[in-house]
Amino acid sequence: MNVSSVKGSMSISSSTSTWKAGDTISDQFPAGLRVLVVDDDPTCLMILEKMLIACLYKVTKCNRAETALSKLRENKNGYDIVLSDVHMPDMDGFKLLEHIGLEMDLPVIMMSADDGKQVVMKGVTHGACDYLIKPVRIEALKNIWQHVVRKRKNEWKEFEQSGSVEEGDRQPKQSDDADYSSSANEGNWKGSKKRKDEEEETDERDDTSTLKKPRVVWSVELHQQFVAAVNQLGIDKAVPKKILELMNVPGLTRENVASHLQKYRLYLRRLSGVSQHQSNLSTIISAQDPTFGSLSSLSGLDLQTLAATGQLPAQSLARLQAAGLGRATAKSGIPITLVDQRNIFSFENPKLRFGEGQQQHMTNKQQVNLLHGIPTTMEPKQLVSLRHAAQSIGNMNMQVPPHGAQSSQNNPLLMQMGQQQQQQQQSRGQILVDSTINHAPRLSSSMGQPILSNGIATNVSSRNGIPENIRAPGYSQTPSMLNFPMNHASELPGNSFALGSTPGVSILTSKGAFQEDVNSEIKGSGGLMPSYDVFNDLDQHKPQSWELQNVGMAFDTSQHSNSLQGNLDLTQSALGQQGFSSGQMNGHNRSAAVASKAMFSTGDVKELGSAQNVNQHLNNLLVDNTIRVKSERVCDTSPANIFPDHFGQDDLMSALLKQQESVASSENEFDFDGYSMNNIPV
Amino acid sequence: MDRYGMQNQIACIRRSLFDQGYLDEQFIQLEELQDDANPNFVQEIVTLFYTDSTRLIQNIELTLNSRPINFSKLDDYMHQFKGSSSSIGAKKVTSECAVFRQYCAAGNAEACIRNFQHIKQEHAILRKKLEFYFQMMGQAAVAQTT
Repeated sequence: MNVSSVKGSMSISSSTSTWKAGDTISDQFPAGLRVLVVDDDPTCLMILEKMLIACLYKVTKCNRAETALSKLRENKNGYDIVLSDVHMPDMDGFKLLEHIGLEMDLPVIMMSADDGKQVVMKGVTHGACDYLIKPVRIEALKNIWQHVVRKRKNEWKEFEQSGSVEEGDRQPKQSDDADYSSSANEGNWKGSKKRKDEEEETDERDDTSTLKKPRVVWSVELHQQFVAAVNQLGIDKAVPKKILELMNVPGLTRENVASHLQKYRLYLRRLSGVSQHQSNLSTIISAQDPTFGSLSSLSGLDLQTLAATGQLPAQSLARLQAAGLGRATAKSGIPITLVDQRNIFSFENPKLRFGEGQQQHMTNKQQVNLLHGIPTTMEPKQLVSLRHAAQSIGNMNMQVPPHGAQSSQNNPLLMQMGQQQQQQQQSRGQILVDSTINHAPRLSSSMGQPILSNGIATNVSSRNGIPENIRAPGYSQTPSMLNFPMNHASELPGNSFALGSTPGVSILTSKGAFQEDVNSEIKGSGGLMPSYDVFNDLDQHKPQSWELQNVGMAFDTSQHSNSLQGNLDLTQSALGQQGFSSGQMNGHNRSAAVASKAMFSTGDVKELGSAQNVNQHLNNLLVDNTIRVKSERVCDTSPANIFPDHFGQDDLMSALLKQQESVASSENEFDFDGYSMNNIPV
Repeated sequence: MDRYGMQNQIACIRRSLFDQGYLDEQFIQLEELQDDANPNFVQEIVTLFYTDSTRLIQNIELTLNSRPINFSKLDDYMHQFKGSSSSIGAKKVTSECAVFRQYCAAGNAEACIRNFQHIKQEHAILRKKLEFYFQMMGQAAVAQTT
């Protein structure tokens, strides 16, 4: 389907949207957006309510998280987006975030007077699609609708992709839809399914491209069925197909289950630490359908996933991908089904959750989740997983060592890392690192690290073994890049170059220009985010003056670009609000992410709905765009060559991106204040 | 006083609140939200703030008086208080809160106690000024209708 405009696509694709009553709704959009706002402070709550009403949204307010959850549970499809404070007496805002992501999969925006990097990063990793600093201005609220659109678009794409990919599966389902229509209505989906059935039954099969994406609302019951099925199969053997069969819920598709499974795995991982991660990883690896044998796409996916998780700045993602593609060595049959991958990667809203159980965004934001989902503590394990992954994958795309590391130092670092890794855990990783060192100096420096490190390791590793590469360097990467990596860095002595530099400084804040756009795809990487439109969420602003449009224009390949452009535009404007506070980077990243997304999608993305394709072309485009975006974007914060040293690795650059220079320059623009590679002790 | 005179006086009062740093632009955001449907929105919000913040101040006071001082609880309360005051644009109060949080993070009890007195003062001063301001506005409104 060609999404020529966000609105148009939404009205077409959103079967579950309540706005869709014909054309009028799309015309009114975003008016009528149903917002649930949760804040224990009565003053703030009242102000927010008034502001949201002034934005023509339909507002419901709660002063307690529990109340909010029960309202959401009662009325699954009754809300489009949730705004929640971080500090609440009865429940931590991040916990609420996780619950919502797991059960309802709604975009969530966090708010807090606290603008510390740690907190913002936490929002990102928990999968918030945005993070607003109090006092919240009305301008910041005017654009929150974009998160809803983005999410739906991603879900739609995912749906579409899976649809096209699994045509065979769909056919039998199609015929069953009619039979299930009535029973489906009684099912858990109720609202969404009902709408879907009523309106799309006949179209489902044919309109893969214009299919409205039925939003699956994972109610408590449905989730319990899911968990029961998973437990029955064993978490390691739980594949979406089997889970689907066991659950036997009419109307539930494999994709829904797959994406939910991703989230669930992240959630478990978070609960149990690394061990889960590893098992998930191996599960992912083993559970892949051999149908998607395209290694290149896999590697691209991995990168995207990484990027998506927001950990990997868009740019680095691009780089990685470029690097990966360039090297594209053998993508050793990473069995990751594209569809699954897509799920993983297609997080627009990086709802990365770090901590406690959030399953969130498995569906779209799998990428994001993957990255974020990986707690820092998991790093060593992640590496192990990576190692496993690498082994199984046998593909050592050099994913570009996390770019965080100073470019100049990257190579040596990577080498070191490689060595270290060897000692530590991943002999494979080491190899990868070594091989990739040369190739991905840039990438690693900018983005790879954070992303790779945690989230990627798990997910990506399964794919290409890229994660491994990424991982290692990830940690040492610029602390500013991603908080994520930063934390990890400290944990992975071997891998992280810049352990010293990873004081958990979120990239976002380093620049000071991070948009609160938590949900931007890139989230993680402060400056480099832009090219990764993984986030969301988040969790997540809109960099100011990015010429996102340029990005979008670069790809005239498909709707993706169009939509991307739209997204970019949105993000641009949206980002403006928070100023160059921590939010900026996010926004930046987000735009980039969006751009990158588009880029990816323009290419051969068959399965990846969002810009996950790792086509080199895309990468290049992406890189271009990101670069462009970046330069534009990074205006106020001392964009000055943030990593002049980091991106000195032309080899890698050239390998990765056609536009080394631009990338390099753009990288320089990634503004990791104070956290530039230069500061990272190697 | 004629209505124009009153309007001018009110405008002066308002301007001085900004000039002297008592209020920041968040207050303007509140003013912009006020419309015919909510003609007293700003006043309502300020009233709500003062009701709620009084409770917070009491909690902080209690925590400060207990021994040993629970700094993390103190920080929590102050975080809330800061969020609240910043949302109405209470500039001085908010910046004092930020200072307090630094002392609190450092575990400096004396500085916290001292600083808290400043906070209470600023809080009270602003309250008086705003009450006066709203009172004048009320009078002007009445004058306009007569």
